[in-house]
Amino acid sequence: MLDTRPAPLVQVEDLRMYFPIYTGILRRHTGNVKAVDGVSFSIQAGETLGLVGESGCGKSTVGRAMLRLYEPTGGRVVIDGDDVAHLPPEALRRKRPTMQMVFQDPQASLNPRMTLAQIISEPLDEHTDWSRDKKIERVHELMDQVGLNRRFINRYPHEFSGGQRQRIGIARALALNPRFIVCDEPIAALDVSIQAQVVNLLEDLQDRLGLTYLFISHDLSMVRHLADRVAVMYLGRIAELSPSADLYARPLHPYAEALLSAVNEPDPAIAARRKRIILKGDVPSPANPPVGCNFCTRCPKVMDICRQVKPDLVEVEPGRLVACHLFESRQAAGTTGAPEATERNQQGVSQ
Amino acid sequence: MTDTDLGVPPPESLRAAVWAQFRKHRGAVFGLVVLTLLIIFSVVGPLVWSPEKLSVVEALKSKNLGPSLVHPMGTDQLGRDQMQRMMAAGRVSLAVGFVAMVIAIFLGTLIGVLAGYFKRLDGPLMRLTDMFLALPLIPLLLVMVMLFRDRIAGVLGPEMGAFVLIVSAIGITSWMQAARIVRGEVLALKEREYVLASRSIGARPFRVILRHILPNVVSPVMVAATLGVAEAIITESVLSFLGLGFPPDFPTWGRLLYEGLDYFQYYPERVIFPGLAISLTVLSVNYIGDGLRDALDPRIRGR
Repeated sequence: MLDTRPAPLVQVEDLRMYFPIYTGILRRHTGNVKAVDGVSFSIQAGETLGLVGESGCGKSTVGRAMLRLYEPTGGRVVIDGDDVAHLPPEALRRKRPTMQMVFQDPQASLNPRMTLAQIISEPLDEHTDWSRDKKIERVHELMDQVGLNRRFINRYPHEFSGGQRQRIGIARALALNPRFIVCDEPIAALDVSIQAQVVNLLEDLQDRLGLTYLFISHDLSMVRHLADRVAVMYLGRIAELSPSADLYARPLHPYAEALLSAVNEPDPAIAARRKRIILKGDVPSPANPPVGCNFCTRCPKVMDICRQVKPDLVEVEPGRLVACHLFESRQAAGTTGAPEATERNQQGVSQ
Repeated sequence: MTDTDLGVPPPESLRAAVWAQFRKHRGAVFGLVVLTLLIIFSVVGPLVWSPEKLSVVEALKSKNLGPSLVHPMGTDQLGRDQMQRMMAAGRVSLAVGFVAMVIAIFLGTLIGVLAGYFKRLDGPLMRLTDMFLALPLIPLLLVMVMLFRDRIAGVLGPEMGAFVLIVSAIGITSWMQAARIVRGEVLALKEREYVLASRSIGARPFRVILRHILPNVVSPVMVAATLGVAEAIITESVLSFLGLGFPPDFPTWGRLLYEGLDYFQYYPERVIFPGLAISLTVLSVNYIGDGLRDALDPRIRGR
């Protein structure tokens, strides 16, 4: 599709993840929680895509559905040439080493009854037939990579601090030399000083091993620091997908604008002048989203069309994709990069 | 772990660590000692303690005696040495208790794990469990024993046949509590992130269950198991009392207890000794289970 650039490592097309609702005595299927409702994006090899949004907007579900920890309701997830969403079980199992995940809560993501050696070598047990010595050697190597003392190898997770536990989680994810790692809020459960360490470690590993990240977070300033491009999600859909610098300098989508106005500003002079956009109302239920734009119930710039038609994610400026009717007129006028915009349109959400 | 100049400690033996922690649990050590004594009493005892066979007249003279040096636990209404009967009964009761418990826990854990982990099996298996819970157990046991006693006895001989029948009858009618407990625990565990992590690595369900689920349901299973031993011993005595367990001349602790009940007011020791044996078994097994549960948990072991 994009012949000028190399094919992206990860290509998500129209990903949908509905969780069915059963009600009544007969447990009839009466509706769906549309946790992810038509999300499309691509990630180049070596790139970090940030995925931000408020709690419950479907960020984590996107990450889990991409690795097929949930069975996606629809859409394609092409990772390194294979459509993960439709691979048969055995092929999926062989594909697993390419894509790994770092979990949010390092306390919960490590089995309390396994030693560090057992935890980190679990992927090796599953996918290699190495001897015990070779596995231990690899575990040592991984521990060095993530900055854990080799002497800790026989300890249990509860003997470590939060930051160290997250390092164990990262070492486990790295064990099989993956190309793509989903970081599902890896720093949300850590305190601030440790957050920086873990983020630096992730960056460092990316440089050394050429990793590609999907970095899911609600920490906007951390995402700004780490991500090349950022996708802003609202109620199961992507509102805006822009290069990090552009997004933080000048958000286009009204929701992105409101969200980013919540980022703390270290300079008190600027902070005093800045206007904080406070949204009114609550997020609609994902079981019953609005007919039109998902954001139309709270949008300060809402128009009539917003209540009737869902906007598609289209390129309104070079490299910047926005799903908002405000920008459709601009795009129709063909001010910037119109041919490329239509091309990108194909990977947009359902027409 | 000691600091060696290697810098990298060799993998610690799990068994040694568990044993070290187990020894720290005073109750567990007490339980282990008592249970070992009970086992020695009933297994080695008969080899050492064998009072002479009495003629009918002697037996009639020596019936219902209180404890003495000749008969440390007294004699029963037929003049048989009570201690010898206790020893023989201990073998059967302990064997029944443990084997039935193992069967019940194995079945319960298997069904609980399958129902909790595989959503498709959850409905059918839990309805089966409900069905078993709703069945009146004693009539069911009676029917089972009536139907199969002679057939099994024909193959294995009357005593072994009765043992196998009773043990399996108790086992397959008392797994339901364990299944329910395990299912609940598995339902919670399988949503934990380390199970998700294991799945994201590509581990097959069987490996996930063995590696992550089973080690973490040990605590509730241990509790259910220790209670199960007591329950099995009691159920066996109920069955024997109803004439459907072991043959009437075949002593078990439960049977001695029931026989002694008639003479309770005159010869309380006839009830006290088997009762004490059952209680001590149950108590020691409980403490051992408690200690083992703690010893198997690395979070407690570290302290």
